[in-house]
Amino acid sequence: MAIDNLFKDDATEEKGERARMASFIGAMAIADLVKTTLGPKGMDKILQSTGRGRSVTVTNDGATILKSLHIDNPAAKVLVGTDISKVQDDEVGDGTTSVVVLAGELLREAEKLVAAKIHPMTIISGYRMAAECARNALLQKVMDNKEDAEKFKLDLMKIAMTTLSSKILSQDKEHFAKLAVDAVMRLKGSTNLESIQIIKKPGGSLKDSFLDEGFILDKKIGIGQPKRIENAKILVANTAMDTDKVKIYGARVRVDSMSRVAQIEGAEKEKMREKVQKIIGHGINCFVNRQLIYNFPEELFADAGVLAIEHADFDGIERLALVTGGEIASTFDNPESVKLGHCKLIEEIMIGEDKLIHFSGVEMGQACTIVLRGASFHVLDEAERSLHDALCVLSQTVIDSRVLLGGGWPEMVMAKEVDELARKTPGKKSHAIEAFSRALISIPTTIADNAGLDSAELIAQLRAEHHKEESHAGIDVISGSVGDMAELGISEAFKVKQAVLLSATEAAEMILRVDEIITCAPRRREDRM
Amino acid sequence: MALAFDEFGRPFIILKEQEQKSRLRGLDAQKANISAGKAVARILRTSLGPKGMDKMLQSPDGDVTITNDGATILEQMDVDNQIAKLVVELSRSQDYEIGDGTTGVVVMAGALLEQAERLLERGIHPIRISEGYEMASRIAVEHLEHIAQKFDFGVTNIEPLVQTCMTTLSSKIVNRCKRSLAEIAVKAVMSVADLERKDVNLDLIKVEGKVGGKLEDTELIYGILVDKDMSHPQMPKQIEDAKIAILTCPFEPPKPKTKHKVDIDTVEKFQTLRQQEQKYFDDMVQKCKDVGATLVICQWGFDDEANHLLLHRNLPAVRWVGGVELELIAIATGGRIVPRFQELTQEKLGKAGLVREKSFGTTKDRMLYIEHCANSRAVTIFIRGGNKMMIEETKRSIHDALCVARNLIRSNSIVYGGGSAEISCSIAVEAAADRYPGVEQYAIRAFGDALDSIPMALAENSGLQPIETLSAVKSQQIKEDNPYCGIDCNDVGTNDMQEQNVFETLIGKQQQILLATQVVKMILKIDDVISPSEY
Repeated sequence: MAIDNLFKDDATEEKGERARMASFIGAMAIADLVKTTLGPKGMDKILQSTGRGRSVTVTNDGATILKSLHIDNPAAKVLVGTDISKVQDDEVGDGTTSVVVLAGELLREAEKLVAAKIHPMTIISGYRMAAECARNALLQKVMDNKEDAEKFKLDLMKIAMTTLSSKILSQDKEHFAKLAVDAVMRLKGSTNLESIQIIKKPGGSLKDSFLDEGFILDKKIGIGQPKRIENAKILVANTAMDTDKVKIYGARVRVDSMSRVAQIEGAEKEKMREKVQKIIGHGINCFVNRQLIYNFPEELFADAGVLAIEHADFDGIERLALVTGGEIASTFDNPESVKLGHCKLIEEIMIGEDKLIHFSGVEMGQACTIVLRGASFHVLDEAERSLHDALCVLSQTVIDSRVLLGGGWPEMVMAKEVDELARKTPGKKSHAIEAFSRALISIPTTIADNAGLDSAELIAQLRAEHHKEESHAGIDVISGSVGDMAELGISEAFKVKQAVLLSATEAAEMILRVDEIITCAPRRREDRM
Repeated sequence: MALAFDEFGRPFIILKEQEQKSRLRGLDAQKANISAGKAVARILRTSLGPKGMDKMLQSPDGDVTITNDGATILEQMDVDNQIAKLVVELSRSQDYEIGDGTTGVVVMAGALLEQAERLLERGIHPIRISEGYEMASRIAVEHLEHIAQKFDFGVTNIEPLVQTCMTTLSSKIVNRCKRSLAEIAVKAVMSVADLERKDVNLDLIKVEGKVGGKLEDTELIYGILVDKDMSHPQMPKQIEDAKIAILTCPFEPPKPKTKHKVDIDTVEKFQTLRQQEQKYFDDMVQKCKDVGATLVICQWGFDDEANHLLLHRNLPAVRWVGGVELELIAIATGGRIVPRFQELTQEKLGKAGLVREKSFGTTKDRMLYIEHCANSRAVTIFIRGGNKMMIEETKRSIHDALCVARNLIRSNSIVYGGGSAEISCSIAVEAAADRYPGVEQYAIRAFGDALDSIPMALAENSGLQPIETLSAVKSQQIKEDNPYCGIDCNDVGTNDMQEQNVFETLIGKQQQILLATQVVKMILKIDDVISPSEY
């Protein structure tokens, strides 16, 4: 007797081949979606949000595209959403598209193998062997120029240019690569990207973007206060400068006549005046507060010739405290022990039509600000994303200085080794290993396809090139032929490639292992009709 | 529906709204129940063993879980059928008691039900079947004890334990680094185990996961990990020989629970109140400082002013630490949780050798490590992995491994895995069956057949010919009188599980058989299913 209602209503169950098909197709569809954005000649996507305003984003950053998709297919969710691609973005900052494309290709190959009656577990163990082998192949070919500072900087430059070449910044990639490398070199090995601030100001062209050594706060200086301070002593604070509330619970003001009100108001004012006096008593000439500063204290500050900046956001405060070396203060009773921040010069500068406050000559040399200029917000947003990718990759490279060539070179190297392994391995696994190498080759194929080149021809040439020892051949999308990547200066960070390889294999494996999908009934929302 | 009529031909109404209820009786009810139980078992069958497949589960909110842990699959499956719910319960109780073998127990129950169906068709009464099953399960459990081996390990020799955990982990997605994970699990259990009393308090092992990094980066921390950072960005990131004040009171002005009002009507009052407030903050911080604390961990938030004062007095602090974590910290550091500042004394401070903040990746994630604690019994397993799903799955796998290690410490008898124990039991049960007169004999024999279904499923999942392999192994067991022959799932080349080092705990296996039998008996005894009809 068939049992018809094992699950709750609306819950569905897909089994065996059907389940596998559903998950394969879902994952491959996602891969195909971002496939066209891969490589220096990749295309962009327009994303329109469903929220109010229908804001539009133009991007070719894989992570951004995937983040904005609403996906129903569970297997596709493995690739997107909170998962693989996001991790890639967080940990190494770049290569998200590659992960998804590679995972999609691995699944495409796996589908063929499953159709040829090879058990998914066999495929998985083959993939694992292949991934390990590919990683070793890369490890053998890495270049490490950590010892030689000059060369290392050159490496960084190359990596930045390669990363940026697939983005909107590719026109001025040299300019931006230099910006990014300079910024990262200032960090001196820390991965803390917080001390690099990116400010976007529409207007001008992308070329007008610049790196500033100091710190720029997107705020205006209060009226009647000095516009320029040399040798500034800065107090960074997080305190209420409106009415200083009594924090004891249940306190309230209850008076019986107007004169009393006036008295209390006077006391309140007195209290504020005292507070301001105390603050000024620190011997400062600049005061930056996270919260609002009301007119009255502002006036007092102006009288004392102190520059007061109100309502700096929390990040801004923290960063300012970091770069000027001060501490964030909330009480002002012991002026001698509060550490003040210092900088050589504070001035108001104009970028485009906006006035900003510029702190230069700060104590901590690590901090810097990149000011991005561009024709529109879309361009600026995209530029910021691209620059962020580049910065992430560079900061990771500073830690792990191993470098590879780019342009499909690493994939070809891996594919060659994996092919070699397939020939040596007995048993059904060898099919899976072979499939892995085909999936690897699909990345340069996609790059070539996206650039409108004859991929079949190019890949064949590339493969032949790679059969020689010590080949540096890769795809040169500019000239549309096979070129020497070392000469062209196209490099990629080893860490990124490794992460791409491992994450993609892991994702593919996870999807392959599934033989049944059980979908629970979607939770009903009460508020919807 | 059967109805009784009175002399005027009117039906007696026995059940409320009798007409609207669907009702199944007798053999139909049993068959319906059996097929429901079998349906659940069928879902899990393919997840059994090292080559078992995973299931993808989508929750009502659209989150995806990928797992092959029986208990997790069943828990998230949104089952509606009553009998299926019983089976889900079965797997859960195996999870609570033993922590491992949750898939096996369901497959076993499914097989028993399948056999029972056949016997029912022959007209054997369900009670006789369940009695037969009961007898057979006793034989099997006794036989298990007979073939079980003592298993030697010590504090210095943890290798055998690691091997066992590896067996457990080999069926999970994490089997890529099963070796290191098994070692982590065993070390964790050993460090909290009380070897004299043979007891392990798994509460002392905290499993934390954070997305990012590789699975290989998973580590065991002899201490506690708190997913928080210092309350002020400029506080020191590393404290050695920390004396920790563990507070459950906020650094904020007091909020008495009785209702009150402070009326301000004169300037003087306003000013005294203000001074009091400032003094209050000062006192709080001073109090912590006075007792010699070098780190404050607080369950609640801080006022900005208090926060700055803390920084100012060079007293690093952590805020918004959860209650469970707070307790763990207290246990580990030997400190006392202090609910009021007045009660803070030197003896109540916890001690830790090293407290440090560590940041991950390019994002701003930071975590706080509390290590070298005074009472170093509490440990944390910190899992890193490619994505959230991977971490969740690893957590579950580690939990299984921890349970296995714990069970071995509790009682160190083992049986060999790979289906060898089941095959051996099945031989024993079948041999014993002939000695029982009466109808039960058939049930006992059926029980033996049901036992075979586990190695059968193992072979099927490993891509082997199930019947061929099983009969070969069975005959080998009888021929060589070697109860350790099982299914060679990993293609190692030998059937001897002793050589392959695949084993499971004796109590785990016994529990599996007993629990499965119990549930099947319960299902068989039901002969009437009354359910309200859909509306």
